[in-house]
This record gives sequence, C-alpha cells and structure tokens, in this order.
Amino acid sequence: MATTYTPIATQTLGSAAATVTLSSIPATYTDLVVVVSAAVASSSGDLLMTFNTDTATNYSYTTLTGNGSTVTSSRSANRNNIPCDYNGWLATTLGNHNCIISVMNYANTTTYKTALTRSNNAPLGTDANVGLWRSTAAINQIVFINNAGSNFIVGSTFTLYGIKAA
Amino acid sequence: MADTFIKIASVTVGAGGAASMNFSSIPSTYTDLLLKISARTNRANITDAISLSFNGLATNQTSRYLEGDGSTAVSSSLTSFRTLASGNNATANTFGNSEFYIPNYASSTFKSASSDGVSENNATAAYAWLVANLWSATGAINQVTVTDLNSATFVQYSTATLYGIKNS
Repeated sequence: MATTYTPIATQTLGSAAATVTLSSIPATYTDLVVVVSAAVASSSGDLLMTFNTDTATNYSYTTLTGNGSTVTSSRSANRNNIPCDYNGWLATTLGNHNCIISVMNYANTTTYKTALTRSNNAPLGTDANVGLWRSTAAINQIVFINNAGSNFIVGSTFTLYGIKAA
Repeated sequence: MADTFIKIASVTVGAGGAASMNFSSIPSTYTDLLLKISARTNRANITDAISLSFNGLATNQTSRYLEGDGSTAVSSSLTSFRTLASGNNATANTFGNSEFYIPNYASSTFKSASSDGVSENNATAAYAWLVANLWSATGAINQVTVTDLNSATFVQYSTATLYGIKNS
C-alpha cells in the first residue's frame, strides 16, 4: 500500500533562530500537517505563520480560546500573518507548548488557503484558530516567526507532513 | 518509503466491560504519539470524564480546557488529563470521541499534549472540549492508561487505538 502520511521535512534547531522556514514543499500531496514543539528565548509571544514569500496584508484569522477562567473569541482581518495561537502562546520552556496546523487542499490553484491550528500551553491556555490566506497560489513555503521578536531556542522542532488522498 | 503513521496497538472492550484500556511497552522509536478513543461507560449519567496517565503515574499533570455545552462556553484548569465519554444515560449506541496528540513523547523535555473530546447526546447535556495538557516529567512515555474518573466501567465496543508517527 502506498504511504499516505509522509514526513516532508523536519527542522530541529541546533542553534537559536528568529525564523524557521519550511521550503520547497512539493505540490504532490493533498493536505499538509505541521507539528510544532517550540520555545523562545525570552518574551513569550505568538507563533505567527506566513505562506510562500507573502508578507502583505493578505491574511485573516479567528480564534476560540480559553485561559482557564475566561473564554474569548476574536478575529482580525487584513493582517500580515496568521497567529497560530492566542492564550496558548509560545513558552520559554521547551515541552510546554505544542501547535498542530492543518492546511487542506494546499496545492489547489483556484482556491484561497485555510489553515486550522490547535495551540496548547497548559499553564496558559488552549486555542483553536482558523486562518485564511487570500491567495490562489499553491503553498510551497511556510515561515514561522515569534511576534515578540525572540528567537526560537535550540531543540525546537517543526515537522511538516504531507497527506495524500490516494 | 517506510510507513510513518503506524498503529502500535488497539484495545476493544468486550462483553464484560473493562476498568481501563492500557498500552504498555511503547517503543521510543517514533516521534509523536496519537491516541484515539471511542468510549462509553456504565456511569449513571449522560456524560462521563475519563483520565489518562503515563508510565503508571497520574501526578505532575496540568491541563487547561475550553468547554462548550450547546449554550455556554467556559474555561477552567485541572491537575489531571481528562477527556469525555458518553455515560450510561446518553442516547443509546452513542460513544464519546477523543483524540490526544503527544509530540516528542520520548524526549527528555516535559510532555505537552493537544486533546479534543466530545460526548454528543441527542438531547441536553452534550459537551465539546479543547484541552491543553502538560505532563511535567522528563522520562520517555512507555505506558498510557485510560481509566474512568468516576470509577465506572468502559462498556463493550469502547475502543482506544495508539498510533506512532515518525518524522522520517
């Protein structure tokens, strides 16, 4: 049987980095899944995501989030990026945070691209976000940064899987 | 290419019911674990809570959850890993579903898990949970045990399946 859930790339940081890029994504899968287990050096912040080389205001997102006492739903349009979290943002301790991102139909060249993200940082909160990239281009690159400007630390992992429908 | 999404083990509860669903001797050869649960218990309630423990330990667990019940959304925190099952008073033939994703389960860092759970019921009292879980222990996970928080029994046809996912 053909493999249908395939690792495309893994980055395990051997040195701190401000940006993590998953590039040269082939268009041969149906959906993408990214699993992030990361921490930042200081000033915990949001995990932000952009596609290809687009950093223009072509993104929007909606979040449903809980911090252990309050439930919030929020949204933002015409942004430069998609936040993958809200309350469950990046920690400064490796292992506390995880984020799972699903992008269905990522290589379709007639539709905009929607990403579902689940971010978790148990001491802080849990989030379910949906992000929209208003582009019909196939996704060939995913870029992650931290909005607080702090580097991702050594040992942070970013793994990209491709899922084939057949 | 070698398989990278692999079933490690599966438990299906038989006619006599079961107090727990257990996975032991989990190899450290995968990158992440994924546990999928379909559960109903004999608790005299519409819904039930089930808990997860690692390596036989239920300590050093924290979680923060977001819950919706069809009319109200709340968020709270716990000192355990919990998810949902259908209880004995739920709509017949209905089982709650949950999924736990545990990245880097064999690493020497703390272990976080993302979990989503639902207990649907064709009436009132149905719930959906989104949960951030943290096991503040640095040992590799080699055992996962699913038990009922209220000491009830899993009924026949409850299942739990553990998958290993490799990043290469």
